[in-house]
Amino acid sequence: MQRITIDPITRLEGHGKIEIFLNDDGSVANTYFQIPELRGFERFCVGRPIEEMAVITGRICGVCPEAHHMAAAKAADAVYHVEIPRPAKLLRELLYSAFYVTDHTTHFYALGGPDFVMGPDAPVAERNILGVIHKVGLEIAGKVLQARKAGHTVIEMIGGRKVHPCTSIPGGLSKGITKEQRDEIEKMGRWAIEFAQFSLKLFGDIVLGNKAYVDLILGDIYTHRTYSIGTVDENNKVNFYDGKVSVVDPEGKRLGKYAASEYTDWIAEHVEPWTYLKFPYLKKVGWKGFVDGKDSGVYFATPLSRLNSADGMATPLAQAEYEKFYKTLGGKPVHQRLTIHWARLIELLYAAERWVELVTDPEITSDNFRTIPTEKPMEGVGIVEAPRGTLTHHYWTDERGIVTKANLIVGTTNNYAPITMSIKKAADSFIKKGVVVSEGILNRVEMAFRAYDPCFGCATHSLPGQMPLQVTIRDARGEVVQVLRQFCD
Amino acid sequence: MAEQFEPLVIGFTCNWCSYRAADSAGSGRLKYPPNIRLIRLMCSGRIDTTFVLKAFANGADAVLISGCHPGDCHYVEQNYKAQSRFLLMRRMLAQMGIEPQRLQLLWASAAEGTIFAAEVTRMVEEIRALGPLQWKTDGYVPSSVVGHPSGLQEVHA
Amino acid sequence: MSGKPKFAMYWAAACGGCEIAVLNTNEKILDVDANFDVVFWPVAMDAKYKDVEAMEDKSILLTLFNGAIRNDENEHIAHLLRKKSQILVAFGACATQGGIPGLANLSNTKSMIDTAFHTISTDNPDGITPQTTYKMPEGDITIPTIYPAVKSLNQVVPVDYFMPGCPPESHQIAAVIDLVIQVLQGKAQLPLTGAVIGAGNSSVCEECTRTRNEKKIKQFTRIQDFKPDPNLCLLEQGILCCGSATRSGCGAVCPKAAVPCVGCYGATEDSPDQGARLLNAVASVIDSRDPAEIEKILDGIPDPAGMFYRFGMAGSLLRASKAAWKE
Repeated sequence: MQRITIDPITRLEGHGKIEIFLNDDGSVANTYFQIPELRGFERFCVGRPIEEMAVITGRICGVCPEAHHMAAAKAADAVYHVEIPRPAKLLRELLYSAFYVTDHTTHFYALGGPDFVMGPDAPVAERNILGVIHKVGLEIAGKVLQARKAGHTVIEMIGGRKVHPCTSIPGGLSKGITKEQRDEIEKMGRWAIEFAQFSLKLFGDIVLGNKAYVDLILGDIYTHRTYSIGTVDENNKVNFYDGKVSVVDPEGKRLGKYAASEYTDWIAEHVEPWTYLKFPYLKKVGWKGFVDGKDSGVYFATPLSRLNSADGMATPLAQAEYEKFYKTLGGKPVHQRLTIHWARLIELLYAAERWVELVTDPEITSDNFRTIPTEKPMEGVGIVEAPRGTLTHHYWTDERGIVTKANLIVGTTNNYAPITMSIKKAADSFIKKGVVVSEGILNRVEMAFRAYDPCFGCATHSLPGQMPLQVTIRDARGEVVQVLRQFCD
Repeated sequence: MAEQFEPLVIGFTCNWCSYRAADSAGSGRLKYPPNIRLIRLMCSGRIDTTFVLKAFANGADAVLISGCHPGDCHYVEQNYKAQSRFLLMRRMLAQMGIEPQRLQLLWASAAEGTIFAAEVTRMVEEIRALGPLQWKTDGYVPSSVVGHPSGLQEVHA
Repeated sequence: MSGKPKFAMYWAAACGGCEIAVLNTNEKILDVDANFDVVFWPVAMDAKYKDVEAMEDKSILLTLFNGAIRNDENEHIAHLLRKKSQILVAFGACATQGGIPGLANLSNTKSMIDTAFHTISTDNPDGITPQTTYKMPEGDITIPTIYPAVKSLNQVVPVDYFMPGCPPESHQIAAVIDLVIQVLQGKAQLPLTGAVIGAGNSSVCEECTRTRNEKKIKQFTRIQDFKPDPNLCLLEQGILCCGSATRSGCGAVCPKAAVPCVGCYGATEDSPDQGARLLNAVASVIDSRDPAEIEKILDGIPDPAGMFYRFGMAGSLLRASKAAWKE
């Protein structure tokens, strides 16, 4: 049986491998998406002090350490049964909003954007941030850099460092911000709103204004009808930092909402022996395999699912875009996975608006940014929305606050089952009997994967024009059947 | 008949007290087991955690730190540093899986050759009963030092 | 190809923070683009392992390798990139000393896998654990073998330069990029092989702006349990700060943010073992001569191995706990 191995998966955070087996007639027999790594955080966090979790778990992902930092910090607060002062909540969510701006920006412009802006069949040499810049102008590069820089400046001001923030401790934050910092943060936030609107307009012009793209987006190949989850505030509006997790079925009906401490009633993880990662699913529905539908416990957790599982956005400009989104796509919920890119930009706008809302709150410069816990530490759960999915941290400690057990369900992990399904469906759809497996074909398979923003949107500005690429297809005897090459000297 | 396990004990002794105690045991013909290899420091307070770790990593089954009695340190109070380091080291080594008995502290003045010999004998037997440490470092070769930030780099063939 | 020297960046058991730190050099990254051909960088572009295998030996001028060596795939790629690269830099805490993944060396691989596959939310009644080779109807599929202990890069291949930090601070990365470009233009020379680059040669204390006096600690306190004086040395106030045994270069950002240094820049210049030196320092400032009192004071350090070796377990003298070597 012929086998195509894509190793490693590229343009994401982390490691992954796709194995595609072909029947003799060239159609796909099966596709496997394996995660080849395991570092063991759930084990080596045991024995460590709980206050270190916000710093140690940031190293699960250096692209979204802010997410782990916040989830761990909230969990540590829960462990100590301590309510942090309001200024601390404001500061944490402000950092988090600025982080969302950087992260969604880098994903759209350098990871997801090129597939859309340049088109899925664009040559490899152009299908990257440089191609985007050539098409839409050098000015864009400057804006993207500025957006990232602004966000990371806020992260450093509140979080202490640009990567791996360190200031959240049980009971609040170790420091606040000065009035000068506040003014600068507001200025950058207002710019960020403009940038988000610019990005949405760009998407509208280049993508929605192009019928071929619209057909691709609305088509069936990248569509899966599954449950959606996302955190919402008390008004059922999308919130990244705090709230309850809303679960909505494939038709849009809300199954329920759960608080952090209730997650084990809702989420379980299925195991397969051929990969190091587990497959979360909805417990109340049950694991029925890698299938769509209301009877399958498979769910997804992405910007799109967050929009699906909420009733709207909490800020006015983003809310207008939310309504336009669903009107254009024919109502809620939306299941075409490529629209995640659009949903992501709506979230970008909300994050920028929320940034300004928080920094203009009069308590943001208060020096009441922490309280000393008094209760005995025991057990706690913290949930935030990581850009690429709902993130759950659960710790048990002894009476000294030393971790005795840990359970982590990480953003992209939520999506392992639907990503597997999306890859398989794309492979089945594009690799057919008689079809020559070209690089463009394989990219369309990877696009299924990339829509979920699997943890790393790398905004490199140095993608070369001529990437060496070779795909070797061997038959069952190991003899080369076909070799596709470009730019391999 | 199986060969008896001979523990390897590294003893860090201080120039002014415990090393002289060992010396006086020797000149007094007091027997103590050859399992202990003595290393002389000017003061027990010179004991560096790296010495202890290196000893274990290189095959020692146990380490003894020995110095002047509290209050009698030649350098006034540095043996108290040795005491604090010893107590903290033991806790850390326990987390690493090294039994507390494998690191011991003994105060012995220059005149206490008898005590020194007796304690070393006791310790060797204690470690013999405990068994070898067998510390694996997956091919650690404490040889060529080639520009590592920590000053050590093992270059594997 | 354009004829520009080739550049590669790879991540082994890593988190991506080093990549983000490179991106946070902002405009500086355009200088990398102007002066190099990026031929392999999985996070950013689509070259695969097969492409690296096809390259000529030593054809890549500069490779930045971050991440620790956790499994056989990590080691395989380390050997591959060593072969294909003229200059191999161990980039970041994981590659230089094992980093956070090195904390796994305090237990063992079996325990790590069992824990992950039997958490409270894991549905695994048959006790399945991952198989490195699994027979599917269509053929065998494989995943890497996890090693008993995490290693640093220089424990598997010779390394030319070491750049510490978790991640290396962006201003340091920018300085190194500048230096490399100057070397390419013949205006500067590379440092001696084996050097630490992008960092200072003192300790974090040198960069810390807090006031330091003689330290006499009667109690170690955890950061959540009291509000420290913002101008005084944290260790002096009984908060376990690793700065005295950690290499400078970061600008002491964490003490400036009112939290203790966690040691991410690794061992100081002449230190064979970061945690050991930190233990020396911490023990030396304990203000007691009574063993019973000292033990009580030490209860304020509930996790010495984890706190002293947070980023440097794999690169330490003992490397791993006894448990790590047990099957």
